[in-house]
Amino acid sequence: MARRNKEDVLQNIDWMLVLLYLVLVTLGWFNIYAAVYNEEYKSIFDTSQSYGMQLVWIVSSLVIAFMILIIDGEFFPSFAYVLYGAFIVLLLAVIVAGVEVKGSRSWIGVGSFRIQPAEFAKFATNLALAKYLSNINIKFEKLSTKLIAAAIFAVPALIIILQNETGSALVYGSFVLVLYREGLSGNILLLGVAMVVLFISALLVDEWILLVILGVLAVGSFLFVRLRRQNILIVSVLLIFAAGFVHSVDYAFTNILEPHQKKRINVLLGKEVDPKGAGYNVNQSMIAIGSGGMIGKGYLNGTQTKYNYVPEQSTDFIFCTVGEEWGFAGSVAVLGLFVILLLRIIFLAERQRSSFSRIYGYGLASIIFFHIAINVGMTIGLAPVVGIPLPFFSYGGSSLWSFTILTFIFVRLDAYRFQILR
Amino acid sequence: MYIFSDRKYIISFIFIGLVLIYLGRLFYIQVLDDKYKLAANDNALRHKIEYPERGVIYDRNGKILVYNEAAYDLMVIPKRVKKIDTTDLCRLLEITREDFIEKLAELKKKKFSSFRPEVFESELSLETYATLQEKMYKFPGFFVQARTLRKYPNKVAAHALGYVGEVDEKIVEQNPYYRSGDNMGLSGIEKSYEIPLRGQRGVKIVMVDVYNREKGSFENGKYDTASVLGRSLVSSIDLELQQYGEKLMQNKVGAIVAIEPSSGEILSLLSSPTYDPNLLVGRVKSKNYRKMLVDTLKPLYNRATMAKYPPGSTFKLVNGLIGLQEGVINENTLFSCSRGFHFGGLTVGCHPHASPVNLRFSITTSCNSYYCNTFRNIINKYPRAQTGFNVWRNHVLSFGLGQKYPVDLPQESSGNVPTVKYYDKYHGAGRWNAISVISLAIGQGEMGVTPLQMANYCATIANRGWYYTPHVIKSIDGGRIDTLYRTKQKTTVEARHFIPIVDGMRNVVMNGTGRIAQLDSLTVCGKTGTAQNPHGKDHSIFIAFAPMDNPKIAIAVYVENAGFGATWAAPIASLMIEKYLRREVKRPEMEKRILDANLLPKKEDWISKK
Repeated sequence: MARRNKEDVLQNIDWMLVLLYLVLVTLGWFNIYAAVYNEEYKSIFDTSQSYGMQLVWIVSSLVIAFMILIIDGEFFPSFAYVLYGAFIVLLLAVIVAGVEVKGSRSWIGVGSFRIQPAEFAKFATNLALAKYLSNINIKFEKLSTKLIAAAIFAVPALIIILQNETGSALVYGSFVLVLYREGLSGNILLLGVAMVVLFISALLVDEWILLVILGVLAVGSFLFVRLRRQNILIVSVLLIFAAGFVHSVDYAFTNILEPHQKKRINVLLGKEVDPKGAGYNVNQSMIAIGSGGMIGKGYLNGTQTKYNYVPEQSTDFIFCTVGEEWGFAGSVAVLGLFVILLLRIIFLAERQRSSFSRIYGYGLASIIFFHIAINVGMTIGLAPVVGIPLPFFSYGGSSLWSFTILTFIFVRLDAYRFQILR
Repeated sequence: MYIFSDRKYIISFIFIGLVLIYLGRLFYIQVLDDKYKLAANDNALRHKIEYPERGVIYDRNGKILVYNEAAYDLMVIPKRVKKIDTTDLCRLLEITREDFIEKLAELKKKKFSSFRPEVFESELSLETYATLQEKMYKFPGFFVQARTLRKYPNKVAAHALGYVGEVDEKIVEQNPYYRSGDNMGLSGIEKSYEIPLRGQRGVKIVMVDVYNREKGSFENGKYDTASVLGRSLVSSIDLELQQYGEKLMQNKVGAIVAIEPSSGEILSLLSSPTYDPNLLVGRVKSKNYRKMLVDTLKPLYNRATMAKYPPGSTFKLVNGLIGLQEGVINENTLFSCSRGFHFGGLTVGCHPHASPVNLRFSITTSCNSYYCNTFRNIINKYPRAQTGFNVWRNHVLSFGLGQKYPVDLPQESSGNVPTVKYYDKYHGAGRWNAISVISLAIGQGEMGVTPLQMANYCATIANRGWYYTPHVIKSIDGGRIDTLYRTKQKTTVEARHFIPIVDGMRNVVMNGTGRIAQLDSLTVCGKTGTAQNPHGKDHSIFIAFAPMDNPKIAIAVYVENAGFGATWAAPIASLMIEKYLRREVKRPEMEKRILDANLLPKKEDWISKK
């Protein structure tokens, strides 16, 4: 076997990851074609239509990918903070000088060309987080480290919330998984899950009944833990904390949320049925997917897809096209491809010599996972309707470029792994 | 930093776990639950009903009685209406701006989907349609839709043809074919031949987009059913005769029915006053219908098939025939008549004429006494009046009187031939005899006969003892009609007994009460009748057939409150016969007298033909 040239990028690229990327992007393109299919403009290359434009985005993404691959591997850790700082400034600038689109001030435009900096801030944040956590001088056990790490992704998230793009901001929460991989206590993760469960329960169940249940659970817990002063203290604190949380959720829901927000939550929880209002998108989306059957209606044969019953189908609801035209088989295939992609990224991340590359890889996997979880979840009524795209699939330049950059920085870092000294 | 590397398994597990949960959910909604498939079809598929054109009806000579005319409705999709030149559109439609705005606002809030087309203005005039069509591009949201309406080019035979209207809830419930909003024949031929006329509606499944715009057929029309055109009918009605009859009957109340004896085909069936059948079509229908409904002359009432009149003296022919069949008289039997029939304190008066009279002359002069005697002898032939009456009644029924024909016209009255039960109840069982019911001898009393039955009875005499069930349709799409109309119905009286009766009828016209009906060389046979009417002046009745041998037409004419049969009904019948057999009328004085006559009870607001 010829000796591997450690400096030849193309030789060291993980072609499987690149292939997965290409397959997903291509499938996305075909599905966008089906979603906005217009008989007057039959050509998939017609740039007056979304599908033609998506091809432009794909080609330009490949150019970007290539450019990233020829950049020196050392560039990314070295410029991590610079890029991060630059994007924080850009995000702030958008609030002041941005273009308002559909109620959110998150776009910045030069002429007719518009991009969403929030999309690109993801990779910069990921780089900065990786840079910070890979610093050999820091001790993750220290609380200050955890707080600083959290701040790195909380700051852009907060700015994005100010831009009225709550959905995109939520994505930054996925970095918690990275922290977990780097040593964050599993209890925090569990606590997070517990809070989500409590949050939903608080909205579904009457406050007092919920408090009684919590009390019973607290007392019942002593069947499993020894009755020691310390344990009693912990359980009591948890109980008080939970009760306070439930109460504040209740309070916030009744007093702070706007009626339309309440309605949206109620519809999601199944407490209200509203097929024409807040639940319209989800209802139509589930009809489209549910009518697909086992093998689907066939490419370009989905009536719901073709005749625009699902709003935003080429962007946020692109999974409906898969569900309707390719059926359950298509759903399995697409979700299967995503799982393979995620597992491949984890596998690659774990083989890195540098912590920077590994942490970056986990950041990438977490962001992609979060997008899939929310995006697909909302199309089948399992997640709230939060407008975030399905990676590689959804129509849109910002989204595709952002995921391309995120992915190919990792491909570049991975190809660079042999040049890193332990 | 490798101490936490096992956490990759937990993270991988979270990834896989969530995707498995999603796949489970997807399997449920995509494969197990059919709800979404139904909802998707509900969304995107529309069952579009294609109404075939209703069948055309021709007269017996191939002239059109009713056909379909395209009508254009201005439709609107409220949501699509943009800023348009309302003034221009209002001027075209001849409505005010306020009306326009109000109408549009009403449509907008009325319907669930503002994308559904609604009728904005129905039945545009052809001129409006033409101008509108040119300017249509100026009015986005509006479009013109074609449909068909019944059109009666000659404005005749309203009662026979009937009309078409929207089905009511009851029909929709009973008959799965109809949906609310559908049209069906509601009276006349339109009703009795509804099924061949309507054809078979087709269903086309089309796909629509979220804006309810049509996007083509579903699965290349695999599930579509083609519509079948309505079948055309050939009516036995003679258009010219019908038109002429309606003209003669103008300003008169009554009915005419003419039948071809050899086939039972109805040549003309009219009720007067009549109306222009076009009045009951389209958007003018409800207004006109309501107006006619309150008209005291009841133009909607089909007197030809529904009015029960006493047959009067025309009924003497039946009694004579029954007398002959029962053997209580023969053609030479003589009865005396001294100004009427006298029995105890009872007198049935008669006009002065020579006495005694034989059978033939009794018809010629319409002698009451002769038939009172004959009738009494028929009843008294049997030991009990009830038995005798039943025998008599069965003979009468065999002439098609007192019963509904399975005629192909709806709304037919059975008329009335009283029963034993009726008299038992009226006089007490067994406490009546021939004298109690003697008025039946001269066609008065409880007898009720419709003009249609009367014409058929005349045709039966013309045929010397048989008839075909009268019918108004000759063929359906060139095919033969029901065998029912091709089955001879025989009377209980033998053919030979008809000879003196027909001779008598010939004499009526030659030198009897119906001389006015004489028609040069044509051997017209007839019988006058004057039905006593408790509500006013007597009804004028005449039945006739011609020629005497091999008769081509049998006719019954009733003119209400007009007096003697000879005065009005006889000349009308005679003119009708002339029109039918000669195709032109060469008795202008007689024609003028009839046309000029106004025999209406009182001039009230009844709808005359335009």
